[in-house]
Amino acid sequence: MSSKLSRRDFLKMCAGSAAVISLSSYLAPFMKEAVAAGAPPVIWIQGASCTGCSISLLNTVHPDIKEVLTKVISLTYHPNISAAAGDLAIKEAIYKVAETNPKNFFLVVEGAVPTGAEGRFCMVGETENGEPIVFEKLIKDIGSKAKAIINFGTCSAYGGIPATSPNPTDCKPVSKVVKNVPIINVPGCPPHPDWMVGTIAHVLLYNDLPELDSFGRPKMFFERIIHDNCQRRQYFDNAIFAKTFGEMGCMLELGCKGPYAHCDATTRLWNNGNNWCVGCGGVCIGCTEPQFPAWPMYERMPDMPVGPATSVTADQIGLVLGGATALGIAGHLAGNIITGRIGPKKADEAKEGEA
Amino acid sequence: MAKIIVDPVTRIEGHLKLEVEIEDNVVVDAWTSGTLWRGMELIMQGRDPRDAEQIMQRICGVCPTAHATAGILALDDAMGIEPPPNGRIIRNLIFGSNYLQSHILHFFHLAALDYVKGPDMAPFKPRYEADYRLPADINAQAVDIYLEALTIRRKAQEMLAIWGGKMPHVQAIVPGGVSEVPNTSKIYKFLAYLEEIQTFIDTKYIPTVKAVAGVYSDWFSIGAGCQNFLCYGGFPQEEGLDHVKKKKFFDSGVYVRGQYKELDIGLITEEVTHSWYADDTGGNTPDVAVVTADAKKKGAYSWIKSPRYNGEAMEVGPLARQWIAKNPDVLALGDKAFSVMGRHFARAIETSQIAKAMKEWALQLQPGQPVCTPHELPKKEVVGVGLCEGSRGALGHWHRISSDGRTMVYNAVVPTTWNSGPRTGSGAATVRGPMEEAIVGTRVADPSNPVELVRIIRSMDPCYGCAIHVMTPNKKTISQFAIN
Repeated sequence: MSSKLSRRDFLKMCAGSAAVISLSSYLAPFMKEAVAAGAPPVIWIQGASCTGCSISLLNTVHPDIKEVLTKVISLTYHPNISAAAGDLAIKEAIYKVAETNPKNFFLVVEGAVPTGAEGRFCMVGETENGEPIVFEKLIKDIGSKAKAIINFGTCSAYGGIPATSPNPTDCKPVSKVVKNVPIINVPGCPPHPDWMVGTIAHVLLYNDLPELDSFGRPKMFFERIIHDNCQRRQYFDNAIFAKTFGEMGCMLELGCKGPYAHCDATTRLWNNGNNWCVGCGGVCIGCTEPQFPAWPMYERMPDMPVGPATSVTADQIGLVLGGATALGIAGHLAGNIITGRIGPKKADEAKEGEA
Repeated sequence: MAKIIVDPVTRIEGHLKLEVEIEDNVVVDAWTSGTLWRGMELIMQGRDPRDAEQIMQRICGVCPTAHATAGILALDDAMGIEPPPNGRIIRNLIFGSNYLQSHILHFFHLAALDYVKGPDMAPFKPRYEADYRLPADINAQAVDIYLEALTIRRKAQEMLAIWGGKMPHVQAIVPGGVSEVPNTSKIYKFLAYLEEIQTFIDTKYIPTVKAVAGVYSDWFSIGAGCQNFLCYGGFPQEEGLDHVKKKKFFDSGVYVRGQYKELDIGLITEEVTHSWYADDTGGNTPDVAVVTADAKKKGAYSWIKSPRYNGEAMEVGPLARQWIAKNPDVLALGDKAFSVMGRHFARAIETSQIAKAMKEWALQLQPGQPVCTPHELPKKEVVGVGLCEGSRGALGHWHRISSDGRTMVYNAVVPTTWNSGPRTGSGAATVRGPMEEAIVGTRVADPSNPVELVRIIRSMDPCYGCAIHVMTPNKKTISQFAIN
């Protein structure tokens, strides 16, 4: 356990309020120390997933993922990178590690849990007498022995893509299948690698869960709203809306879910700071939210339940959604104009913020 | 007769089970089973059709750009629109960048550990301990390149994000083009990445494949497969509404029983004889095909359907593309091209080809010019077809849209379905899937360490997230075997 990095400093860094060029390069030495001091192993299993979360983790910038793989995380079994296959993978790398470290390993889950057809929509192996091991059974067996479960991606956290109507395979989020084990949700389709590395770092360094919002997301990454920090926010405030792709303007009319979506992509950026969803002229599709992807991606949401205060937390959004106080986006915009927060400016004065 | 079952096969994308029968250590029959089903196309039904590019790219996190591309081409086709040159080129750059990351990831991180002995630590251990032949110094070099390749494939994704917004799962591909507007700074940043990756491909990737191929030269005569190839054509090089006929970087075509022929997509059907779908739903073309799941069907063993071209099993992927393009380096291998090493070799030289081509494409971009053609959904029922070449092979999306602007039928016929689908027919008329065919006849030295089998499977770079996504319109059938 490192004594050098206080939890307070850790949170500052993860939330991006301390000047650190690269989150993972800063955390790496502390994580290595924690692993050397006997931090619990990490088992990674995949259910109804597209492997996108794993691929995103491979995009960790610093330390280059090789550090994470070989030194930082004791990544005992990963379906895409393990040398083992077949029996060897299931018995040695999953069940044995879980059994020899009861309540002392972290289980990372990627993908939702299909429960239809007795779980046979996702079979991950076979027993000695030829019966399929379904993912649902694997996660129940292993999950119940874990110290905590870390859901990487919206599928394991909330059901995500495969659980969308009509949910052909009766997919469920992990929390509906494994009870009484602490769960951290790191949603996103996929999650940013920093969110994954940062969350794992937190549990390894402090042997404890980070502070979570009401949807189980670490507040250090998911407290802020895209819309509030968007590089195109100025356009919104000036009521300049893009009508087609490739145009300047706020993307709300083209379906942007920025006012709903909680994450720090606006400032963290993706793929080594090269771009992000709205940065490339696209829309935010709200992939970190429990409702994703139930909404139409390219339709403007009729109601934007943000209310007059534009900075709201996930918990407040939840309250607003559940209450009758939801204001439409028109009201939100009108409120801004009435209160003088935004004044008419010439369109050509508006400049796009550079990423 | 003994059986070997490998389940799960790791270091592939998704879930696969392999079962083989062996006699005197030689495989006499093989069954490949896709073991995860998500019903992606059913999820599209009734949605806003424009969501297809976002939903369908989430079939697969390794090759989302392929599904985004096929999905968007089908939408363009349905709406009768085409992107301006900038839109076409940026789509090609997004797709091409992912070829680089996918091929490099495939060889080094999914396939190489079958030939290169990793360090003695997790996740490189435990492993099948068999047949590591590389001399110690070359092995050590290959391990270094394995680690360097992790960085390079990450950079390929960063380069993609310059145009795509983020990776995995791109945001910038929209009907009628893209959303990202090119400027010179983005172009030069992209070219700088490309230069570094091209150097890696030519000085590390291709030489490593050649070094492995030299030591494992017997693998040029293992895993031949069906020796029929199919390529839809990919990377459009000109404007034009005929998405099938327009000039492309990869030519379309088929190679059947030793004959080169033009592609006729009307000959493509999807069969379900040994898939967990009701028999009477097989044999249709993908613009109308809908299937009914039947998880307890007798004789069925996979969630994958079996696409056939005029009844023939067809291999798709880099080897198919290069063979149909008559690449002299691949043709020079003769029959040895039809092999595990032939596939790795074709994939490696293709990676270099694409990187070189992308440099030219990037320089054709016109900063500040339009990237997207405005569009609206048609007011009548239409079918859009999107055909492209994914990094793993021929990929087609068929999208039927209702007159009130909702998705009615969606079908994605993907590379791994072609390569890894189960057999069709029965008795003497049985046509095994290409992967099964490639495995039959293989000698397994040690049945408790069947490294030979996984080598053949991985040479085809299968992706089971992609392969199993088919839908049933009949929910009642699913609930028959649901426990709830």
